[in-house]
Amino acid sequence: MKTNSDVADELYRTLQLTDNALQDPDIAHLVVNHNNVVGSHLIPGLEVEVDELDNGIQMLFRIKEGVQVKKPIHLCFGMIPENGLQQINLTVDIQSGARAAVLAHCTFPNAVDVIHTMDADITIAEGAEYTYTERHVHSSTGGVQVLPKSRVRLGKGARFKTDFELLKGRVGSINIDYETICEAHSILEMNARINGTHDDKINIREVGHLNGEYARGVLTSRIAVRGNSIAEVYNELTASAPYAIGHVDCKEIVQDNGIAQAIPIVRVNHPKAHVTHEAAIGSVDNKQLETLMSRGLTEDDAVDLIIQGLLS
Amino acid sequence: MGILELRNLSLTLGDKRILNDLSIDFWEGHVHAIVGPNGAGKSTLASTIMGLQGYREFEGDIFLNGESIASLNVDARARLGISLGWQEPARFEGLSVKSFLKASSKNVSDDMINEAMENVGLNPDDYLSRKVDKTLSGGERKRIELASLLIMQPKIVLLDEPDSGIDVEALNRIFDAIQLLKQRGSTVILITHSTAVLEQAEHAFLMCHGAIVDKGVVGNIIKYFENKCIPCGHKNVPIVEEISK
Repeated sequence: MKTNSDVADELYRTLQLTDNALQDPDIAHLVVNHNNVVGSHLIPGLEVEVDELDNGIQMLFRIKEGVQVKKPIHLCFGMIPENGLQQINLTVDIQSGARAAVLAHCTFPNAVDVIHTMDADITIAEGAEYTYTERHVHSSTGGVQVLPKSRVRLGKGARFKTDFELLKGRVGSINIDYETICEAHSILEMNARINGTHDDKINIREVGHLNGEYARGVLTSRIAVRGNSIAEVYNELTASAPYAIGHVDCKEIVQDNGIAQAIPIVRVNHPKAHVTHEAAIGSVDNKQLETLMSRGLTEDDAVDLIIQGLLS
Repeated sequence: MGILELRNLSLTLGDKRILNDLSIDFWEGHVHAIVGPNGAGKSTLASTIMGLQGYREFEGDIFLNGESIASLNVDARARLGISLGWQEPARFEGLSVKSFLKASSKNVSDDMINEAMENVGLNPDDYLSRKVDKTLSGGERKRIELASLLIMQPKIVLLDEPDSGIDVEALNRIFDAIQLLKQRGSTVILITHSTAVLEQAEHAFLMCHGAIVDKGVVGNIIKYFENKCIPCGHKNVPIVEEISK
């Protein structure tokens, strides 16, 4: 029978990481297989409370006031089995003046019919900084549904950066729904990079409310849709206070029978606020393509390299 | 017989004849220049030789080592040894300089990449991890593109306005790289309206209104180009009787 440590190692092997994060005493980590914590290591200033549910976990994640965590905290949520539901209910509390970065891996290496949901309430208090990088590793079958939903509140002068990356394996179906409220002088940065192939379905809804003066926000999406995959990106950024500034930037490359749609909503409710957007959807740029082909790359290899760059 | 031969090449885009019955032989291992005023059809000629999209429906023929390449697309021509340095190189979001350079050849080592960068006057440590995007100036991208051609070492190198966007200090590095390509056996075809670039060539073809109106050693062509073409008021329509004098 596999021990928890065996399962944690098995999940981590699927990530093909070259670092030794699980052995580093300065790096906090938590590894969850389905609804079971199979490995954890905490460090001073980090509080984690986990309740195991029938199909997932309920977790409180807290960085205490003024604590500066130097190395990224590793979280790993995964499922070894081919089928099942994993539900992560997450409360994140980054207290005032604290700073932490989380590198979260979600791995479903054998998925045939797996649903992974995350429902997060994230509070980043005054002057705190929180960076959340989420990397997904999926099986090649496309049998994964990913449903992450987050509500984020940024206090005065707080910073929040999130990078969502799904480049390994088939996407399956993903439905991202993030909404953030930003108080004065806070900074929001949300990035998503997803590579869709076959009949993958990608749906992104990112909303930012720049409610405080001098609040800043950038929403960035880089999506590739190939095969018969479909993507819809909805970015909404509203600036409602003096000197609040924001930018929405969406690029989607479409190949084969892929379909992409971008819906940027930029709204300004104050005469001294400013929000811009740019969206580019279409095939690979012909000049880029012919430049690489003029070095001898086939058209397919050139397209792969361009997409690899866009999603890097 | 040249390594690259153009025979009665004509190209019409829309209702405008851009290339008009061109026949040129490019000699192997030499540096040639196609010189002429803006709008003469020089870049169109380079695009046609490279086989870029929109420049494939021409009349006449193009031969590489005696074999017609007219039906081949860009990558097939590149694999036979023809490549192009663009007047304004493309930007590639997210693609590192190193990845871009590695795409130039299947067998490329880190040493080759470093050497090519140094040959165009760019420090590899400063540039290889940067992206080939808007954070690089046009001149930097131009030099990186030239580095990629040094790595590729094609038989035929078309360089479209190799000095555009290049500052005076870097220009000599560009000229050194052109001579290095020649030393390594490449046949270089410079597309230019600059006399400084023209001086890098051994032979020149004067182009006006889609036609070759004169050819010869660079010294003679430069004189005509400086005295007649640069101040020319006849809007790129050749005055054949003047040229023949």
